[in-house]
Amino acid sequence: MASPVEPSVNVSHVEKKKKPPARYWQEQQDEEKHKNKDEEQTEEAVQQDEEKQTRKTKKRKQIDDLTNENKVISGKTDPFPGPASISKDRMQKFKRKEKTQKPHMRHYKLKDIITRAEEASEMAQKQAARFDLLLPEEAGFLEGDEDEDTCMISQEDIADAVDITSGAKYFNLKLTQFGPYRVDYNKTGRHLLLGGRRGHVACVDWQTKQLMCEINVMESVNDVKWLHSENMYAVAQKKWLYIYDSNGIELHCIRQFNDVLRMQFLPYHFLLATASATSFLQYLDVSVGKEVAAICTKTGRLDVMCQNPHNAIIHLGHPNGTVTLWSPNQKEALVKMLCHQGGVRSVVVDKTGTYMVTSGMDKKLKVFDIRAFKPLKSYFLPAGASCLSLSQRGLLSAATGDIVQVYRDVWSAPVSKPYMAHRVRGTVWGLHFCPFEDVLGVGHGEGFTSMLIPGAGEPNFDGLDANPYRNAKQRQEWEVKALLEKIQPELISLDPTELGQVDRATFEEKHQDRVQALGFDPLATEKFVPRFKKKGRSSAGGVERRKKQVAHMDQRDVIRKTVEDKVKMEEERKRMEEKKAALSGQKSALDRFRK
Amino acid sequence: MKVKVLSRNPDDYVRETKLDIQRVPRNYDPSLHPFEVSREYTRALNATKLERVFAKPFLASLDGHRDGVNCLAKHSTSLSTLLSGSCDGEVKVWNLTKHECVRTLQAHEGFVRGIIVRYCGTSFFTVGDDKTIKQWKMEAPGYGEEEEPLNTILGKTVFTGLDHHQKKGVFATCGQQVDIWDEQRSSPIRSFTWGVDSFSSVRFNPVETDLLGSCASDRSIVLYDMRESTPLKKVIMTMRTNTLCWNPMEAYYFTCANEDYNLYTYDMRFLEKPIKVHMDHVSAVLDVDYSPTGQEFVSASFDKTIRIFSKDGGHSREVYHTKRMQHVICIKWSADNKYILSGSDEMNIRLWKANAAEKLGVLSPRERQATNYNQKLKEKFQHHPQIRRIARHRHLPKSIFHQRNELRVMKEARQRKERNVRKHSKPGSAPVVSEREKNVVAVVK
Repeated sequence: MASPVEPSVNVSHVEKKKKPPARYWQEQQDEEKHKNKDEEQTEEAVQQDEEKQTRKTKKRKQIDDLTNENKVISGKTDPFPGPASISKDRMQKFKRKEKTQKPHMRHYKLKDIITRAEEASEMAQKQAARFDLLLPEEAGFLEGDEDEDTCMISQEDIADAVDITSGAKYFNLKLTQFGPYRVDYNKTGRHLLLGGRRGHVACVDWQTKQLMCEINVMESVNDVKWLHSENMYAVAQKKWLYIYDSNGIELHCIRQFNDVLRMQFLPYHFLLATASATSFLQYLDVSVGKEVAAICTKTGRLDVMCQNPHNAIIHLGHPNGTVTLWSPNQKEALVKMLCHQGGVRSVVVDKTGTYMVTSGMDKKLKVFDIRAFKPLKSYFLPAGASCLSLSQRGLLSAATGDIVQVYRDVWSAPVSKPYMAHRVRGTVWGLHFCPFEDVLGVGHGEGFTSMLIPGAGEPNFDGLDANPYRNAKQRQEWEVKALLEKIQPELISLDPTELGQVDRATFEEKHQDRVQALGFDPLATEKFVPRFKKKGRSSAGGVERRKKQVAHMDQRDVIRKTVEDKVKMEEERKRMEEKKAALSGQKSALDRFRK
Repeated sequence: MKVKVLSRNPDDYVRETKLDIQRVPRNYDPSLHPFEVSREYTRALNATKLERVFAKPFLASLDGHRDGVNCLAKHSTSLSTLLSGSCDGEVKVWNLTKHECVRTLQAHEGFVRGIIVRYCGTSFFTVGDDKTIKQWKMEAPGYGEEEEPLNTILGKTVFTGLDHHQKKGVFATCGQQVDIWDEQRSSPIRSFTWGVDSFSSVRFNPVETDLLGSCASDRSIVLYDMRESTPLKKVIMTMRTNTLCWNPMEAYYFTCANEDYNLYTYDMRFLEKPIKVHMDHVSAVLDVDYSPTGQEFVSASFDKTIRIFSKDGGHSREVYHTKRMQHVICIKWSADNKYILSGSDEMNIRLWKANAAEKLGVLSPRERQATNYNQKLKEKFQHHPQIRRIARHRHLPKSIFHQRNELRVMKEARQRKERNVRKHSKPGSAPVVSEREKNVVAVVK
């Protein structure tokens, strides 16, 4: 259900269900029974760890506790002494990196800095883990009764069962004229963009069902994409790339970008990545309107594309079954993976950048670990999936013809049947999970369907990152802040945390510096030049051997000398230490001013 | 069938009335905040750039002296009061908040060589070229009263420096010898000499209050204990030291300003070699003063610049200069750690910020939080080349820039020569002498 590294995968929804607040007339024991034993154990383990780490402070605390206990007027003792325990998996969720190895004793300042920094980060980690308890919303779920398959539950039943506002999120838009539709939700999940193949472009505030604008571009539309805010969107039309604002006014026609088939927007870099029919992958910086990179991939028509939201790498699928990874900083692909035997039909990467799911012409659905570039799971779908989409909590939706299937836990457990399924009227053309909502938008030949997929969306959004309830003023503030911290395209790399790691000089770099400082290469070996040999003289090899012997003799001398020196130094040190020990007994207060 | 679909009540996420502040629900889950490091890096870069944009250290110039400013003194209890003595014997008392002179008195004939406020702040002492020590009341005389010193002591020789004890009514002067005076007496209670020399400055240790240090013209720094009758020890350097200043937090350490363009921080227990050599000035360093935190110090130089060094940094973190400022003769770091005061040859006293980009005045909590956050980010990413380049960049006057380059070339040439000598001499006969050891000639006890 959750994203793969999220540790709370094992906990089912039911246990997480909110309980009514405890009342004093309820028996306390009743509550204790319900407590999960596993959790208790982990908590104990964490506590033990903490105890080990800070035994000293704990001792002091205990003394404090004792004194405090005496101070309580009523005479009662605190039943829950000390800070509340935090479960291990929750701590794990906020863990950034392993502890760095402390430097040698000589670098005591650096050691101190590192220790302090680690203490601070650990405290932050704990506080964040504690704060997790206070998150207001809980994720949705769907469970069948006994012998009831969740995939047999129809959308109408779900819409009837839930409250009215949620039920209204299941709807169909019948747009038969300009069909099949591409779909895109913006980052906050409030706005929906529809792009009909035959030129119909509409943007809708889909929760209030308010139409923001509706235009017909009188050209074929290949793809539509929201830019950073709901004020602007890009439309890849028959020939050029166009940018419109939310009133449907054409802002730009970008002729540098032609025959664009697919687009991806990198929100933190303000980059619009486009893949064209002429096999060009281009990056447009939408904050300044400049083309950042244009890469000729030389792999034919590019109509399968997705981004890795974790590191902003673009994945392209090709008709020969390979998936290639691209960054704007390199003219060649970073990685080429052979994923399918036929062509690749769709690629999608989960939000933590761990898993990549692909579907191909060989009717297979494959899951890869994209960090190790290893296949994890392979499924056979009888009809093959044409479109894929992953939700924030890791649900996978796959469209086979006119049927949309949703799978759960595709990478952790072998999946035999879908979590949910739904048949739409026409062939599915675009799929997109709505962020922060349990909704899947499906664009198909006969219009648009908004499906309810319980447990798809992240329940708690971050108000400073993507706030669905923000007003115009807040959006403007956010836009300024986001533009200020726009990440430069040069920083896109496979490992996004690379920037925070210590850049150690390699041996080669060190050696080069040394050569430059010395003016010669101390490690260079002399080239063997065979001597011009006269008859009767000793052979070149023999001469070389003798030379080496002499060299070895010299080396031996050096080694012997250093060993002797070392022994001497050791003796000297011992003598000094003895002297010091003898002197340390007789010291007066004024000695510190004397040498 | 059991089903729950996400359904948020907008009332929980939108403010109730327009007078409320906006609700900002937070979720610190790292997977919702991708590119953490790159974004922090970008923020750090922006913060560094903004710091350079807002770096406007110069606050005010106090004019009124009719000759070069020769000495400055901080008031011991009032932050807003500054005393200055000039080369024509005039002493001025300044109100720093109003940037105005509140009192002027003709203290001496000839230079005012030293000025110091008594620890209680009620009176101050001056010494001048006219061989007198005068004690003055801090309050201005009433209407119709004459401006007269409380006490006048006629000395035998010219005094060149003066410092007052931190807690007792005892002060020290220097000239031909270092004298310790009781305020009640007209002759010194103790006199120190070591060889025949004149001393240029004397300073009490602010922590170990009975210790003092002085700089002599025979290139030596001499340390004394007031309770003993003879000096403790001295270190002789290759060039003359102009002044020294004790670290107010670490009693053992003092920093001295040398004629050889460098400053040296010594541990008084181990005078064989300084702990740190602080380079960057391109001319003789004339004065030095520690910040009250003891982490940094500021130096004034003949090269018309002021530089701020961290106590264990070999190079300065900041350089202040203006077109009109001539040779800076005296410098003080204010007691609230926020300002720097410099007195220079061209008769002006200048007020600078100790942190060039700091915003003065009351900060709102959000502002403070933002500055603290930015400070931490800058610290975290300070070693990245792009950020370091921007943070280090300082504009220098053309002459100083060229002089600095010239000095660098000279230094490199010397090093090269040393290397060559070492290469072509018997191993061990030309040992490597570190920069710290180079300038110490001898230590005498």
